[in-house]
Amino acid sequence: MPPIDMAEYPIRVLVAKVGLDGHDRGVKVVARALRDAGMEVIYTGLHRTPEQVIASAVQEDVDAIGVSLLSGAHMTLLPRLLELMRQQGVGDKVLIAGGVMPDEDVVALKAMGVADILGQNTPPATIVATVERLVRQRQATQL
Amino acid sequence: MRATGAATGLAQGVLAGEVGAIARMITRVERGALDGADDVAELYRAGGRARVVGVTGPAGAGKSTLVAALGAEMRRRNLTLGIVAVDPSSPYSGGSVLGDRVRMQALWDDPEVFIRSMATHGALGGIARATEDAVAVLDASGKDVVVVETVGVGQDEVEIAYASHSVVVVSAPGLGDDVQALKAGLLETADVHVVNKADRAGADRTVAELRTMLAFGAGQGWIAPVLPTCAETGQGVTDLADALNRHHDWLVASGGMPERQRAMARHRLKTLLTALVHQRLDRPVPGSAFETAVEALCRRTTDPWTAAHSLLDGDLRGRPKGRS
Repeated sequence: MPPIDMAEYPIRVLVAKVGLDGHDRGVKVVARALRDAGMEVIYTGLHRTPEQVIASAVQEDVDAIGVSLLSGAHMTLLPRLLELMRQQGVGDKVLIAGGVMPDEDVVALKAMGVADILGQNTPPATIVATVERLVRQRQATQL
Repeated sequence: MRATGAATGLAQGVLAGEVGAIARMITRVERGALDGADDVAELYRAGGRARVVGVTGPAGAGKSTLVAALGAEMRRRNLTLGIVAVDPSSPYSGGSVLGDRVRMQALWDDPEVFIRSMATHGALGGIARATEDAVAVLDASGKDVVVVETVGVGQDEVEIAYASHSVVVVSAPGLGDDVQALKAGLLETADVHVVNKADRAGADRTVAELRTMLAFGAGQGWIAPVLPTCAETGQGVTDLADALNRHHDWLVASGGMPERQRAMARHRLKTLLTALVHQRLDRPVPGSAFETAVEALCRRTTDPWTAAHSLLDGDLRGRPKGRS
């Protein structure tokens, strides 16, 4: 049987809203854009805990986790997500954050292991391209 | 990447009930990567213990919410649980938004519940091609009950009846009259009928119409109960769990269980065989028996029926008989 060609299969992405943040319009636009790019999007709804997000990401075996944060709690929640990912043995999944955060926080979060941070003005096509690039990079290192 | 060594490790992980191993095994199943792997047999040998419950019905009837409420009830009864929730793929992009999990958040913090969302990828029967294998993985992992939630279905997507021990058909009030209730197809597959959103106007009438329809066929073994539920509040869900237990007991006591299991095995083998035939035909091999038969048909030295039967009796990819 031929080897599994990862590029043949749709990318699986979990998109989540974490914590006390009721703004889900942006994350729905992102879910739609990823869907229209042929990806499988698992939408998890509002007010999730980091533990719930990572538990879901493990069960769904997603390639990437996209977290939308507009609450200002990114310096608490994103490091917690990274910590849980490592604890659950899925530190290799791509964690991408979106929303509004100061430049110095972006630098710090990327240094901690957040794969990319897409600000509120990022066009959907850029989001799609970023997810694709980061996931394919990850798959290439796994083969 | 035919890493059979690693795969065996993965199967061991599944058998030990490790969440990460179950998840990766289901991914392999979805990608068709179980074919020929050493560990498939191991998984199938270990399975066969879980009760498989199918939940089907039209979009918006409340299937996901009902599965969440039923799952919580099963957890109260100390049963471990796997859920496979199927949602449609886009016919345009092939992508999907899998949103059933959102309704099941009450189960997310429970380590004894494994929920997996799955896209149909163009399959038309209400479940995905990999759904039954995902059920087999969850079964092998030791779950007591595996619930399969189909996509929202209409009248004719009844594959779940061949993929589960008990089928729950979820209706909602206001979607049809007594003639709809009489039609062939989906409603016939029900082992248990649920009229969800029973707090809404017209629910009593829907329950009555279904009961009337079922009374016409009374006296033929199991009679599907019609249960009003309100999945959001949990009303009626205990009755549903009880009814599923009764159906299971009836299958065992009446001797219907082996028959049901045989029907499931037959369906699984049939769909897989059909898929493999398609796969082979989609990849033409020059000089194969198939291509030879194509040529013969062009020259009109055979007819399509004779050629097709002789191909079925032989090997679709191999050399034609008597010429190897």
